[in-house]
Amino acid sequence: MSCVLAMGMHAEGTELELVRETNSKYSAWSLLRGAFSGQSHWTPAWRDATPKSAYDIIVVGGGGHGLATAYYLAKNHGITDIAVLERGWIGGGNTGRNTTVVRSNYLYPESARLYDFSLKLYEGLSQALNFNIMLSQRGMVTLAHSRHDLELMSRWANAMRMNGIVADLLTREQVRALAPALDMSSQARLPISGGFTQARGGTARHDAVAWGYARGASALGIDIVQNCEVQGFLRENGCIVGVDTSRGRIRSSRIGIAAAGHSSVLANLAGFRLPVTSYALQAMVSEPVKPILDTVVLSPATGAYVSQSDKGEIVIGAGLDLFASYAQRGSFSVMQNSIAGTLELFPSFSRLPLLRQWAGIVDVVYDSSPIIGPTPIRGLYINCGWGTGGFKAIPVGGWTFAHVLATGRNHELAEPFQLDRFVTGRLIDEAAGSGISH
Amino acid sequence: MMQIACPWCGVRDEPEFICGGTAGIARPALDASDQRWGEYLFFRDNPKGIHHERWRHAYGCGQWFNVARNTMTHEIRVVYGMGQCVP
Repeated sequence: MSCVLAMGMHAEGTELELVRETNSKYSAWSLLRGAFSGQSHWTPAWRDATPKSAYDIIVVGGGGHGLATAYYLAKNHGITDIAVLERGWIGGGNTGRNTTVVRSNYLYPESARLYDFSLKLYEGLSQALNFNIMLSQRGMVTLAHSRHDLELMSRWANAMRMNGIVADLLTREQVRALAPALDMSSQARLPISGGFTQARGGTARHDAVAWGYARGASALGIDIVQNCEVQGFLRENGCIVGVDTSRGRIRSSRIGIAAAGHSSVLANLAGFRLPVTSYALQAMVSEPVKPILDTVVLSPATGAYVSQSDKGEIVIGAGLDLFASYAQRGSFSVMQNSIAGTLELFPSFSRLPLLRQWAGIVDVVYDSSPIIGPTPIRGLYINCGWGTGGFKAIPVGGWTFAHVLATGRNHELAEPFQLDRFVTGRLIDEAAGSGISH
Repeated sequence: MMQIACPWCGVRDEPEFICGGTAGIARPALDASDQRWGEYLFFRDNPKGIHHERWRHAYGCGQWFNVARNTMTHEIRVVYGMGQCVP
């Protein structure tokens, strides 16, 4: 930072101030200091950059994964000549459209390692980024509605424990204590037999994760370029050498794609195919109400996936519209199913008006596990396939993708998650394994 | 909500149907390479635009048919029978 400040010394006073302020730490002191100036000293948290003509590395996609990738490239690998190219605005895709749940309740060792590394990074992220991501480890309760569900859940929870991740089986009474708003009456349409919980699971403020990584990356000198759509890839002798964008040609010999639901579109521009289908996944929130639910509740049998935001809204995650889609809206029938399941579990929510409903386009692969590594084109790498569960994986997606972009070698955690598994058959079938579609 | 014109039952609401994924993918020969077989099983064009796909009127007549549909707008361009070429 010293050289940035030194350069600023020669510039206009306001520019110097901007450089200083965007690099200054948020603290109680800065808040207190602002009290004397009507809090008018705050400046943008990150720089909205104009693209240069060349970079060491380009990251395509300014969502959580792309921004985290750029941040860790600078932080862990000391590479700062990087542009993050975002077609719209940062965090405006799936990063701003998910249900904000973080957890690592996966079945297979490869997934457990990957997602728990992510959760651990989340646990220290507010400190690391000096940006409050409002992580709330309120736990996640998965409901069993029958003895068979309970048996499957003990297998699931035991598999997690075998992988070193704490999970606890819950009796019906323990579930009642954790989520008193659940319908536990004898007339309940969906009787609750028990369940299990990952107490370290919870929620985080999704926008803050994007903004925190953007601020961190920008402070380290990375260009975050918005309204910049990649329209083509430049190749020479089979190697990637740059991109054509809506803001001109930008050259780079190392490019990483982190574009979630639009991964296939970019792969097609670059001339290869992916084992990905894009679907619309929707979520919705009610009007804000006083605190009634202080854990995340998932009922795999009904698809109900419910939590309460810090603002007080009841957040409901729905299932996929099971046909290919790039439209960021979900079907009414899927919404209706999800709400019906939620209301059977929480009858007291029945009078809450919904405030908003939306969808994001998710990149689903056959085994519901990600792809983090090289593509068939030299110099071009991809981070995709997170499907309906990309938010919880933002820190590890960025960490491992930065590793392969910086070193050319796969990160140890990402080694099992390569494109070639769809040829060798070495799938990591989490959807079938743990019964969750993320 | 989409409405899909089943060739047998006429126009019905989308929840009555199940999408069977991309249409017209030819199964490779049994001695195909692992690469070719992997492509057949897993790799898809996943276009942003017109997609040719199979649908079944699951909660109706139970018949399969093909649909050319825009994945951006969900507009259905044409419905055609199994085994037919794209009109």
